Amino acid sequence: MGEDAESPKINHTFLRDYVTEADVISTVEFNQTGDLLATGDKGGRVVIFQRETEVGFYTLDFKTVTLFYTQDIHNALHILCILKGCVSFTFCPGQSKGELEEVGETGDSGEYNVYSTFQSHEPDFDYLKSLEIEEKINKIRWLPQQNAAHFLLSTNDKTIKLWKVSERDKRPEGYNLKDEEGRLKDISTITSLQVPVLKPTDLMVEVRPRRVFSNGHTYHVNSISVNSDGETYLSADDLRINMWHLGITDRSFNIVDIKPANMEDLTEVITAAEFHPHHCHLFVYSSSKGTLRLCDMRASALCDKHTKLFEEPEDPGSRSFFSEIISSVSDVKFSHSGRYLLTRDYLTAKVWDLNMDKGPVETYQVHEYLRSKLCSLYENDCIFDKFECVWNSSDSVIMTGAYNSFFRMFDRETGRGVTLEAWRESSKPRAVLRTRRVYTGGKRRRGDVGVDSLDFTKKILHMAWHPSENIIAIAATNNLYIFQDRVNPDHTQ
Amino acid sequence: MFPKGTKRKFSDSAEEPVSSSDQGPSAASSAAAVAARTLSSSYSLQRQSLLDMSLIKLQLCHMLVEPNLCRSVLIANTVRQIQEEMTQDGTWQIMTQALAAAQCPADRLVATEVLCRQTDAAAQAGQSPKPFSVVGLEEGYHAEEVVMEGDVETEVTMSTLSPVSPQMSSASYLAGPFGMGPCWEEEEEEGECEEDEDEDSEECVSEGEEADRDHLSADSRTGEQVFGTFEIKHPAPPPDPALEELFSDVDPSYYDLDTVLTGMQSAPKMGPYDLLESLSSHGPTTLSSSSSCRSDLNELDHIMEIIVGS
Repeated sequence: MGEDAESPKINHTFLRDYVTEADVISTVEFNQTGDLLATGDKGGRVVIFQRETEVGFYTLDFKTVTLFYTQDIHNALHILCILKGCVSFTFCPGQSKGELEEVGETGDSGEYNVYSTFQSHEPDFDYLKSLEIEEKINKIRWLPQQNAAHFLLSTNDKTIKLWKVSERDKRPEGYNLKDEEGRLKDISTITSLQVPVLKPTDLMVEVRPRRVFSNGHTYHVNSISVNSDGETYLSADDLRINMWHLGITDRSFNIVDIKPANMEDLTEVITAAEFHPHHCHLFVYSSSKGTLRLCDMRASALCDKHTKLFEEPEDPGSRSFFSEIISSVSDVKFSHSGRYLLTRDYLTAKVWDLNMDKGPVETYQVHEYLRSKLCSLYENDCIFDKFECVWNSSDSVIMTGAYNSFFRMFDRETGRGVTLEAWRESSKPRAVLRTRRVYTGGKRRRGDVGVDSLDFTKKILHMAWHPSENIIAIAATNNLYIFQDRVNPDHTQ
Repeated sequence: MFPKGTKRKFSDSAEEPVSSSDQGPSAASSAAAVAARTLSSSYSLQRQSLLDMSLIKLQLCHMLVEPNLCRSVLIANTVRQIQEEMTQDGTWQIMTQALAAAQCPADRLVATEVLCRQTDAAAQAGQSPKPFSVVGLEEGYHAEEVVMEGDVETEVTMSTLSPVSPQMSSASYLAGPFGMGPCWEEEEEEGECEEDEDEDSEECVSEGEEADRDHLSADSRTGEQVFGTFEIKHPAPPPDPALEELFSDVDPSYYDLDTVLTGMQSAPKMGPYDLLESLSSHGPTTLSSSSSCRSDLNELDHIMEIIVGS
């Protein structure tokens, strides 16, 4: 898994906690129905979870939880299904299984179990440049389902692959020329003909690579996005964005190229890109200078000139040497409606209206208490951490990660934010999450965490929100947490 | 000392009006002057340390297996910003003059790189002015040289720190690519040494109406250090005949920035003894490294003797 005696990649402090670098989850993504959840890790593996659709499981008084708790050193996936309201929380003691009754159809208990695991990318070596290519999965995107099989795109720094995930639960039996083990029969022993029949067998999940899109990028791929036309997708690296056809692997169109003629003049890179959810000709990309550019592919083949530029004027009062670094956008997401954009920079999450490019319509402070610590965060490189952000299904709540295993949710209607923690020590199975707080002054409450005691190695960078329900998947280093809102399963309030 | 409770903002503390409420009115003016100088010197010290930290980060960028272009660009922009501000403050010129007076024997460079992975870079740097080379080892080192040579102003920043023993080992400088604190001593030495060599060859730096141009070239040099340019375009240094001959054979198209930027990463993994192996490997990488290494091997042997001997 890219382990190399000379490589400085393995941080030995991880070994104390029985975590290897390869198990660190690097991307999380639900498919369009939410039945499948894919995670990619630094070792190039993809693990797909499937939601159990059996009706009824554990019940409730709408407050109970957990279904599944597994500990495997190598995969080290801890899945806690916890009941939570998105904005309000109540604590409730757990109930043993014996007291539970079956639930009707409304309580789709939906636990996520491992469906399939496969090695997506292998460590590679670029012989021309004498450079190792990491096998870490940077992004996974599901394609809309068109038949019984599922398709997903996974990418590392250089190569994008299309995988087909299919099930096989029947096999033909009763061949004329072969016996049960597959050996050829002696023809003389065959006295009659039979028609082979399909008999059910144990479910087998097969994952096969269908396309490999290689040699499209010189720099590191940071985003992929499937187009709403179902035929094309884009891949973005630091300086270029390419558009591919899902069926063609040896060619791609370059649609954005911001590489300067002279690399000395390079001051800005592309940090994320995404297609519009409904308009197949629109896409947006973000830069390290905090700008967003909306591009229309109908305007020209090469979209170096943006159609719209979204930029917030800098506040001269808060200017510092770190202003530019903290304004770098680490993630950009279209809302489900297609009207808004959600961006994340180091200290804030911003919602932009596509119709207004002068500035964001909403700004949420994720961890403003870090503003005075920027110098130390610059020193330990934490200032370069790239946090992701996600919308909920109705675009009324946004969520993003922070440090100390904290993640934050903001209700757009009220503007209120809540801090939650993804840490198994403090979240027992079947317990309800309680809100956390970082102490920044005023009355200190029990359970508050001081800014100086935040653990900056525990960062919540990757997360996903179920497309239609209030189920979230949070990646915390090598652990995956799945939280469900049983109180309001389909809408927030 | 400036009064307690004054909140110093990183960016504008230099412009903050100094409050000297503790002083009597008679001493107010002198106290204010003193406080102003103190305030701005602490600010400039902070700025200095940030610059040094950034430069070190850029060095480490070159040594990482997988360079993060976004990070490099952001750090380079920060360095540029600091340089601009220092130029505006006029502190560049002061430090330039201070550094101009420094003398530095070349062998200091050799000693500093002893325990460093980039073993040939130091010797190389000590002997000839910054030819840009394909080998990441040198590039990583030259990156810093560039900053210092390109505009003498940059070098100057190093000298503000008190001089340290020239035998300071660079083990801490590059011992591990992670969690490194800034090691100003090494930078300072290198800065001084470079200054010594390049004084004659550098274009005249800067003041007055040329300040902008030089400032721009400072930026470009910073850009060079980060993104690498493998054109041999030092301004007017006496070309090293051996190196020129070497480079004339190499296809310049190989030094595509893409290649360079990513290609330099392999270098840091080479230890001192790997240099010998690299000589036998193929490609223009070897050519440049061998030429530079050949002259350095003697130095290297000398160094290793010292290490082993001690």
